[in-house]
Amino acid sequence: MKMQAMLKMVLLGGALVCTTQVLANHVQSLRGDSDLTEDTMAPEVKYYNKDGLPLDRDYVQQPPLIPHKIDGYRITKKHNKCLSCHSWKNYKRMNATKISQTHFESRDGLVLANVSARRYFCVQCHVPQTNAKPLVENEFQPVEILRH
Amino acid sequence: MSTSKIKKYGLACLSVGVVLGIILWGGFNWSMELTNNEQFCISCHEMKDNVYQEYKTTVHYSNRSGVRATCPDCHVPKEWIHKVIRKIRASNELYHKVMGTIDTREKFEKHRLELAKHVWKTMKETDSRECRNCHKYDYMDYPSQGRRAIKQHMKGFDEGKTCIDCHKGIAHELPDMSEIDPSATLLEHGAQ
Repeated sequence: MKMQAMLKMVLLGGALVCTTQVLANHVQSLRGDSDLTEDTMAPEVKYYNKDGLPLDRDYVQQPPLIPHKIDGYRITKKHNKCLSCHSWKNYKRMNATKISQTHFESRDGLVLANVSARRYFCVQCHVPQTNAKPLVENEFQPVEILRH
Repeated sequence: MSTSKIKKYGLACLSVGVVLGIILWGGFNWSMELTNNEQFCISCHEMKDNVYQEYKTTVHYSNRSGVRATCPDCHVPKEWIHKVIRKIRASNELYHKVMGTIDTREKFEKHRLELAKHVWKTMKETDSRECRNCHKYDYMDYPSQGRRAIKQHMKGFDEGKTCIDCHKGIAHELPDMSEIDPSATLLEHGAQ
């Protein structure tokens, strides 16, 4: 009985080693197939879209996408470059979209006089778009009310 | 003295004067130019460790065409008389260098708003003269600008605005702006 169990273990172990090796041969790191010591090809440069009109949303709760470049726009505790156009005080003068009212609430639903700290870091949810092609096929369709 | 002697003497005086003039005037300008380049500016650590590091991440330092605007291009006027006035005013900066007013990052941050306000005020008063050494709005080709830039530039110029009115913090980090635009700052609400 003991012998049989041991044999099973050895066989199982052997099979595991083989599969891991087979799998390891097929695993490709994000940097591609090249060896660590070789120089890899630099990935293609992605370009941010030039200023455009607001982009359509694909689902109702989607944070609106940023339809312009944001190079060098800093968001620090001292100043938020996005808000210098998109705040309720500035949006009209700057012809910009104003930030949503939901950004003025604390996590307990308390209404605040200014943007909540948890909504202050815009690019956590709002992102600009590049000319990158989708990595995988996506057949997602927006709901009826968002179709144009 | 005969007329020929006077002539000779006069000519000698004139030549000495011209040569001396060239040496003195040239020397003065040459030594002023020595203090008018980036290497001189960042020879003091206050500039090198703070504003210079921030500037290195901006478009005025590195960009697609490799054209650069160095410290004096924006902070020292090109016209001679304005340049000399600015150079004399710099003695105040030397005083604070000696006193160590901003010799740590913390001290620098504490004074950043005040320092920025000085530069903004000067640029406002001179109609952003140093910006306009390169950026002349008469020659701006609006169609090649972005959608936002076209609108804002035309509107701004119509309203008589100057570059610094909108383009603050383009070459260095902004100070705490809560006093200037609270709507674009993180206000303390306590834990939210």
